[in-house]
Amino acid sequence: MKGFDKRVESYADALAGLSDGMTVLAGGFGLCGIPENLIEQIRVMGVKGLTVVSNNCGVDDFGLGVLLKDRQIRKMVASYVGENAEFERQLMSGELEVELTPQGTLAEKMRAGGAGIPAFFTATGYGTPVGEGKEVREFNGRPHILEHAITGDFAIVKGWKADRYGNVIYRHTAQNFNPCVAAAGRITVVEVEKIVEPGELEPSQIHTPGIYVDRLIVGSFEKRIEKRTVRTAA
Amino acid sequence: MALSREQMAQWVANELKDGDYVNLGIGIPTLVANYVPPGIDVMLQSENGLLGMGAFPLEQDIDADMINAGKQTVTARAGASIFSSAESFAMIRGGHVDLTVLGAFEVDVEGNIASWMIPGKLVKGMGGAMDLVAGADNIIAVMTHASKGGESKLLSRCSLPLTGAGCIRRVLTDLAYLEIEDGAFVLKARAPGVSVEEIVAKTAGALRVPDEVPEMRF
Repeated sequence: MKGFDKRVESYADALAGLSDGMTVLAGGFGLCGIPENLIEQIRVMGVKGLTVVSNNCGVDDFGLGVLLKDRQIRKMVASYVGENAEFERQLMSGELEVELTPQGTLAEKMRAGGAGIPAFFTATGYGTPVGEGKEVREFNGRPHILEHAITGDFAIVKGWKADRYGNVIYRHTAQNFNPCVAAAGRITVVEVEKIVEPGELEPSQIHTPGIYVDRLIVGSFEKRIEKRTVRTAA
Repeated sequence: MALSREQMAQWVANELKDGDYVNLGIGIPTLVANYVPPGIDVMLQSENGLLGMGAFPLEQDIDADMINAGKQTVTARAGASIFSSAESFAMIRGGHVDLTVLGAFEVDVEGNIASWMIPGKLVKGMGGAMDLVAGADNIIAVMTHASKGGESKLLSRCSLPLTGAGCIRRVLTDLAYLEIEDGAFVLKARAPGVSVEEIVAKTAGALRVPDEVPEMRF
């Protein structure tokens, strides 16, 4: 009996059903807390025409950037897309569509999507190019714009520890967008560093409850650092 | 003399109040953390989901899972908390951050700010800047007063696409500290050795100059 056991055997199983033209939500901030093996599996599968929603798009040879080479991404929804030469090339040539979205609005769009709220008003972006063409309403004397929720066919998430029930804990700032993404996927796939025995995770400390998680796999991670900054001992 | 980047950071640091939660943008604002006056405790918010950002780590303590919004490796200080991006922007949008300091290309007399895109140049994105300017009550925009060619960046109307509309009331430039009131810049202080005439000449938007304009001290 499988019941609540969310574990799958392989990365192929983890992303089974992902096909051309789907929308994929991906957790991570820069290269921190990205589902690096699930991204690699998407590259291996070769699915094309994807809409990818993620705060950033990786770098040329790591993270979501690896999906650009074979033109697997048709449209990117993100708040910041620097640090990636191939991305810039495809953007300038018009091969890639980009919808730049304020970071907090992007997080809230996915939070709302996962919470069954179809749209919300926010002051963020009013009077800017982001607000163009969007419905405006005044609340408390201040104009707000209507922003629509985002959900995905697949959500790909990087956690730290999970139990087989799919309860997930994130580590440090590798949390970032991951809980928002996890709740907004029709099929949510989580890869973690460690799967622990049921009961080991303190229920009140769970970041993403297992109800949001459909598939769970344990992987090993490179965890590349984008900007290595240190201090020297005084 | 125009203020150096360090002096601008130092000036902003002197505006901090004990117990403030503060978000510092990339560039000069980041330097503010180096000049927090003694006896003042502030908690730095990093919008990737960290409240209580600490110093850079020692080499042996580097942790790929511990970064700030500039993607730099950092540490968390005592009293820090870590949370999701949705939570992070809930506290920003909800007006819980006491002071936001960020850079700007242009500001204008209506309190508009442009800081994220220059048409014709590659646009990398607004990141969290639009949320920060929309959510904060108390913002200091930190910028150079004029371009290298001498063209004012303090305008009657921003020429670049906006980051936020009507949200800026305080501006620190390398020449002056100004506040925006009733459709004009008000000159509140000038950099040491910088004349009121120079500031007037380099401010394109309406500017009110009080009888007394104190010189900043460092």
